[in-house]
Amino acid sequence: METLLPRDLDEALAAIAADPEATVLAGGTDLMVQVNLQGLRPARVIAIRRIPELREWVGRFIGAAVTHRRLEIGPIKALAEAARTVGSPQIRSAGTIGGNLGTSSPAGDTLPFLAAADAEIVLRSRTGERVLPWDQFITGPKRNARRPDELIVGVRLPEHLPARQAFAKVGVRNAMVIAITSCCVIRDEDGTTRVALGSVGPTPIRARQAEEMISAETRPSEAARAEFARLVAAEVRPITDHRSTAEYRRHASGVIARRLLERVLP
Amino acid sequence: MTTTIRTAKTRGVGASIPRPDGIPKLKGEFAYSSDLEAEGMLWGATVRSPHARARIVSIDAAPALAMVGVRTVLTQEDVTGSGRFGLAVRDQPVFATGEVHFWGQPVAVVAAEDRETARRAAAALLVAYEPLEPLVDPAIAARTGSTFRVIDIVNGDPGARGEVVVEGEYEVAMQDQAPLGTESGLAIPDGIGGVDLHISTQWLHADHAQVFEALALAPDQVRLHNAGVGGAFGSREDISLQIHLCMLALRTGRPVKMVYDRSESFVGHVHRHPARMRYRHEADRDGNLIRIEADLLFDGGAYTSTSGAVLANACYFATGPYRVRSVAIHGVAARTNNPTAGAMRGFGAPQPCFAYEAQMDRLAAALGLDPVALRLKNALGTGDRLPTTGQPIVGSLPTRTVIESVAAMPLPEPDESTDPRRLPGGTGLTTPRPAVRRGIGFAVGIKNLAFSEGFDDFSEVRGVLTTAGLELHTAACENGQGMVTVVEQIGRSASGLDRVTVVFADTSEIGSAGSTSASRQTQMTGGAALRAATAVRDEALRRVGGDRLDDSGVWRGDRLVASLEELLASGPIAHLERFRHPLTSPPNATGQGDIHAGFVVAAHRAVVDVDAELGVVRVVRIDTAQDVGRALNPLAVVGQIEGGIMQGVGLAVMEEIVLDQGVMKNASFTDYLLPTFLDAPEVEAILIEEPDHWGPFGAKGVGEPPTISSTAAVVAAMRNATGRELNRVPVRPQDIALGSHQPPATSHQPDRRPEGS
Repeated sequence: METLLPRDLDEALAAIAADPEATVLAGGTDLMVQVNLQGLRPARVIAIRRIPELREWVGRFIGAAVTHRRLEIGPIKALAEAARTVGSPQIRSAGTIGGNLGTSSPAGDTLPFLAAADAEIVLRSRTGERVLPWDQFITGPKRNARRPDELIVGVRLPEHLPARQAFAKVGVRNAMVIAITSCCVIRDEDGTTRVALGSVGPTPIRARQAEEMISAETRPSEAARAEFARLVAAEVRPITDHRSTAEYRRHASGVIARRLLERVLP
Repeated sequence: MTTTIRTAKTRGVGASIPRPDGIPKLKGEFAYSSDLEAEGMLWGATVRSPHARARIVSIDAAPALAMVGVRTVLTQEDVTGSGRFGLAVRDQPVFATGEVHFWGQPVAVVAAEDRETARRAAAALLVAYEPLEPLVDPAIAARTGSTFRVIDIVNGDPGARGEVVVEGEYEVAMQDQAPLGTESGLAIPDGIGGVDLHISTQWLHADHAQVFEALALAPDQVRLHNAGVGGAFGSREDISLQIHLCMLALRTGRPVKMVYDRSESFVGHVHRHPARMRYRHEADRDGNLIRIEADLLFDGGAYTSTSGAVLANACYFATGPYRVRSVAIHGVAARTNNPTAGAMRGFGAPQPCFAYEAQMDRLAAALGLDPVALRLKNALGTGDRLPTTGQPIVGSLPTRTVIESVAAMPLPEPDESTDPRRLPGGTGLTTPRPAVRRGIGFAVGIKNLAFSEGFDDFSEVRGVLTTAGLELHTAACENGQGMVTVVEQIGRSASGLDRVTVVFADTSEIGSAGSTSASRQTQMTGGAALRAATAVRDEALRRVGGDRLDDSGVWRGDRLVASLEELLASGPIAHLERFRHPLTSPPNATGQGDIHAGFVVAAHRAVVDVDAELGVVRVVRIDTAQDVGRALNPLAVVGQIEGGIMQGVGLAVMEEIVLDQGVMKNASFTDYLLPTFLDAPEVEAILIEEPDHWGPFGAKGVGEPPTISSTAAVVAAMRNATGRELNRVPVRPQDIALGSHQPPATSHQPDRRPEGS
């Protein structure tokens, strides 16, 4: 196995252009599971964690190699809450937001925030830069639109990001657990509300009908909040697997969406 | 500040001294079996069946053997002896042959120059299977006679009927022991046809017999040595890689090492028996238990392992630590194509405890009695007979005391904290404080100590006095529970010496110490150590006419009669002791007899905060009182209690091997969830010291009781908080959020069925 350690983004882009089959390594928290448990033996690894451009976090741009730990202590409330639920402290110090996007697991803990925030994913190759809305980037369970010769450079958040935002994740254990369902709610001062859920569909899901309904409610009554929960539960597309049942995931999605709404209401 | 002088007295029985292996383990300096190395060693890897049941059509080793660095591939055809192993019955082939009977069953092993090559060679082996329909429903297995053991216990007046009746059905899923150290070992050929195996196990001599029998070697050609054990909890009582390692070493003529990875460990050992249980309790209006009927169906999986004894325990303790006038128990250990079940902490006692304690709560509700009062009213004690087997209880059994002690402990204050770490859902931030309801649950459990049913249960210890102190040689396994510490303390108190050291002997040097299981080593190896150390001391005193021994030598009054050097100049002093507990008998046709050597009880009270709408929980606190006979090392006892409770909490709220047609869906620590520190309750323990009739200094084993009733107590608290039925563990979020509510308490005349219906 050959490991390349590019010193900057240009070197990294040259490396991946030269070998689009190469495996990209950042924190390794997903990749090493494949190595240890699934026998993955990459021929060539491009290690990008130390690349300065990818570690940048300037304003609304978060570099792909920014760790969950940095997100956890950062200024974006719901993203920090989501990052806090990732693994153990060791995992949070290694895993990155770019890794969450690269893996595109339906259970990726930061993805509901990125979906609710209408984040854009910045990709770059030697031939240029592409900026994709999150829902054009994540195309299915563990599938995304990154071309083999591209690197995920980072995430661009909209300039206007409401301060009223909250995240929650339901698991069987009270820490270090893969989400049964997770949810992020962001609400603007004018009532415009965005809600996204993870682990309840092939990709993060925006509950658009629920958003539309609750955005029209300036001071949602108890009945409105219950209706919001019902709509969210109706819009998710969960499956039954060894972690939980579709029925429970649907129920829990509605419950936490309603509770998050209540958390962000004044 | 004072300096404590470590005299024999302060480091003997009753002292909370730290364990000798504690600091090395914390610092990473302790050598576990997975750390062993030998010059020129090869690595082994196992080829396992991807089917729960299949016919093996062909095995083609050529692609593996063609790889650079691969030294050998072995299958059942290469096994020289009986080719079979099994702890109780030798019914499992070393490698599957003809048909595979469970998912992950070994089919072949390979040895290669390095671990990665061995892994790749195992993957390259071509095995053609014809998948067959697996039998995975134990109820169907039981109906069709696919069983390991069927037990029927009848005791008391079969016509006795109570006025108040509660019935229930309960289920326990498959729990894994999940020791942090995976299966590992190192086999070294001796060059003259024999082999030395360094292995982490629970029972060196049982492994030894299974290895030499399977391979048709003379007993002295195979020597097993204790290697550092990274936890066991029952998982190492059966053979995993022992025979494979010896075969590879003998075939290649080189040392061979194997270490299972985490996923392989899940399929490489046996698990706790999943159980389905139907109960009917009948009581009179005053709450006296009149009759208990129970139907226990345990899934033993593909091979026997210890299913017979586990089922027997479940049946013998099916009614709990209570007096009952009339008992009818029917137990079946079914044979299926699920993963093999065997020993796990509690050994058949936790499953019925979950059921009978739920029944006691429902009975209390039906009677309008306080659940604790109902338990006290029926508490079993010394002088009573075990209601199932009819055995008189001659040792201590402070059931009443453990219940009263826990009931008297203060309850925690209501928690108003909004720190997510103190809320259900934890750092997932799922639960605001107002969504939390607190529940309190109570449970009591009982189990036997050491081996039962007439098994010739013994432990050997050789005491050897040297000028450096007393050595206690044993083949007992230190699984991390503290055997070494306690046995040394016993040796100190018995001999008067402070310098007392446990020396691990291999199978060629000493007889069996029996298994490190069944809560038995403190009593058994401790009992042997007590007698061996006493005999050594007596001989030392006799030889020079002294009245006291210590590290300086033999004393008479305040005069040193002989130093250890002088004492031993006239010849060595050693004593070999084989200790047996009181004899037990096998059961008769109706399950009656003096089947057990002794009994132990514990009570647990759980406080659990529940978010009922979402179904997430936080186990806040567990208070316990445990019957320990005598606490030889209170610190070590509390360590066992805290750890055992964590395993009980795990089974209550998260630990489950999920099976689909015999295939494990969560064989990893990603998805087989163990409690983290955030899931760990505060534990307060009271040790009840009523000396037992045969353990050293009155001690009882302490390892298993914490696990038996803690599960039941946690679920009782969850029922108390939610009103849900919760008749299955682990309780899943959906069981709380979407499950059915408890049936209303019933109080009615039982139907008078003719006997035998």
